[in-house]
Amino acid sequence: MKHIISLLMENESGALSRVAGLFSARAYNIESLTVAPTEDATLSRMTIVTSGSEEVIEQIIKQLNKLVDVVKVLDLNDGRYIERELMLVKVKATGIFRDEMKRMCDIFRGRIIDVADGSYTIEVTGSSSKLDAFLEALDKSAILETVRTGASGIGRGDRILKV
Amino acid sequence: MEDRSSPHSHQISGAEILIRCLQEEKVKFVFGYPGGAVLHIYDEIFKQDAFKHILVRHEQAAVHAADAFARATGEVGVALVTSGPGATNAITGIATAYMDSIPLVVISGQVPAPAIGMDAFQEVDMVGITRPCVKHNFLVKDVKDIAATIKKAFYIAATGRPGPVVVDIPKDITAHFAKFEYPASVEMRSYTPIMKGHSGQIKKAVKLLLEAKRPMIYTGGGVVLGNAAEELVQLARKLGYPVTNTLMGLGGYPSTDNQFLGMLGMHGTYEANMAMQNCDVLLAVGARFDDRVIGNPGHFFSKDRTIIHVDVDPSSISKRVKIDVPIVGHVKSVLAEMNELLIAETKAPDAGEIKSWWQQIDTWREKKSLVYKNSTDVIKPQYVIEKLWEVTKGDAYVTSDVGQHQMWAAQYYKFDKPRRWINSGGLGTMGVGLPYAMGCQLANPTAQVACITGEGSIQMNIQELSTCHQFRLPIKVILLNNRYLGMVRQWQEFFYENRYSESYMDSLPDFVKLAESYGHVGMNIVNPADVEGALKGAFDMKDRFVFMNFITDQTENVFPMVPNGKGLSEMILAGEE
Repeated sequence: MKHIISLLMENESGALSRVAGLFSARAYNIESLTVAPTEDATLSRMTIVTSGSEEVIEQIIKQLNKLVDVVKVLDLNDGRYIERELMLVKVKATGIFRDEMKRMCDIFRGRIIDVADGSYTIEVTGSSSKLDAFLEALDKSAILETVRTGASGIGRGDRILKV
Repeated sequence: MEDRSSPHSHQISGAEILIRCLQEEKVKFVFGYPGGAVLHIYDEIFKQDAFKHILVRHEQAAVHAADAFARATGEVGVALVTSGPGATNAITGIATAYMDSIPLVVISGQVPAPAIGMDAFQEVDMVGITRPCVKHNFLVKDVKDIAATIKKAFYIAATGRPGPVVVDIPKDITAHFAKFEYPASVEMRSYTPIMKGHSGQIKKAVKLLLEAKRPMIYTGGGVVLGNAAEELVQLARKLGYPVTNTLMGLGGYPSTDNQFLGMLGMHGTYEANMAMQNCDVLLAVGARFDDRVIGNPGHFFSKDRTIIHVDVDPSSISKRVKIDVPIVGHVKSVLAEMNELLIAETKAPDAGEIKSWWQQIDTWREKKSLVYKNSTDVIKPQYVIEKLWEVTKGDAYVTSDVGQHQMWAAQYYKFDKPRRWINSGGLGTMGVGLPYAMGCQLANPTAQVACITGEGSIQMNIQELSTCHQFRLPIKVILLNNRYLGMVRQWQEFFYENRYSESYMDSLPDFVKLAESYGHVGMNIVNPADVEGALKGAFDMKDRFVFMNFITDQTENVFPMVPNGKGLSEMILAGEE
């Protein structure tokens, strides 16, 4: 099952490689990983999307906690959470595609952020599955390029991950 | 080239700061090898006498020797190597310590900070290379950070589940100047090891133990490393339950005690493995249910049992087998708490059930799974170990390399005290035996130290014969020389239809002459009748390093044996193969 794991770690050089190395060394799946500093410059927040059996997820959480630089780990799937990912898609915008792409963009509440003679660049935000759905809905031959940030997650309401 | 700008009066160089840190940590020995990147540090070593530097002949041996010093004493071992090849030579030593959770601080030199990433001479990304085999590592980027980093390194290495910590220090940093202030304590928000176990869980565990009909206590290296042998003995004696130790746990419970069933696992005794498989309540302490211990987990779970697992590392719990009562905490404190509860407890184990369980165990014991057929013509390796145990009165520090001789040492030398059996259990590193013996002998200068080895393993760090001579270490090498890579040969015999691919050791040196050339005493022992006398003679030479080359039976195998991937009760016994 897919899990979204959030963690806070010391904002030190090499911290990212410790997490990435752990996943490859122990053969854990990693679907996406995003990391950036928080409002506290000494801390980085990371969101890892992974999948595995309950036993594997339990081991992943324990192994992450064991890393000396990791301050806190939270499995967002243990409660209610919100997930957002940002995607930029460059699509063909010639002939019939020019109107079609604008319509699809509106349906998915995306924004066209760059317009060129033959293409649009569309920005879409949402859960990873919504972004998947958007790509599914587009004519494959119209997609020129995609780039996704990987999911970020945060607990709902009072669920707060903070030091 | 380097900035060695003149210091203010209260400032000292980074190299001197490092030395002062090691003195603050009361380090007695630094095992190392000099080179370009650590020259400033070695210059400061020259000027001090608070600790002794042991010059090895290869950096791998420096780390192994520091590791053995830690295993034998419980203190943090310290090794010092130069950048590049010095650092990479240390890797096997670091990985060995990591697998067995040994507290080490390994200091490596690095090229000057401005040269990092420039493919400089003797540059290697030590932090990157060691990341998967250390508990933690640091690259020091400022002379002002040296003291705090070394303090943290010792703290991380020794606390929680211990392990090696690497501190990589660029050469220019050791030349810069700063004020020396050693922190009194360490506070890390990201690292707070759990010490005390959950009281509710401990109570639950004691209740389960008292209700058990077929109880078993299985303990590992955690009891030895956690200095919990006394608490374990108290618990086991109070309950009267059978105890088994893993390879790493030997000495955690006295081997000559009647409640001891011997080592368990791939080459464990019949009774230990059968009791492990058939118990109804299992107390696992500082052990991790690894593949060499319980074999196939599926087979292990074909029998129902309730498992209590005490370990300082939460990630060791429910990793390979599902645990019913997990207790995360320092084994010493958890066992002490169990003992307190048991003293206050009015309920006692069911005497009838426990008696019939012991009767069952006694029938397994009757298999006498460690009995071997001795010979008057050819030396049996098991016989050498038995005699070694007698001659040393069971009180030696015994190191081993890896292979058949290691298993025979574990099976036939009855360890009654913790920290006496020093071997590479997790990584299985051939070549550790001799440097391990060096670390043990330096830690205990008057103790008997025996290195049980094979002709394959000993040649992997044979250069240390020179170090042993330099420091006059009176180690006794027990070479069980069967002219085969014995364990490889055994597997080839069992599982590869006797195709002995590359497992034969041809062109061996004359070990007696070799030992003599290094200034040691060498002995060849060919006749079984000479074994005991040779051992006595060697140990009587209290101030000499003696290299004993025992020419042993070439085809002897280690029994019992649980074949790879099989279950614990699917052992091959001697005479059944």
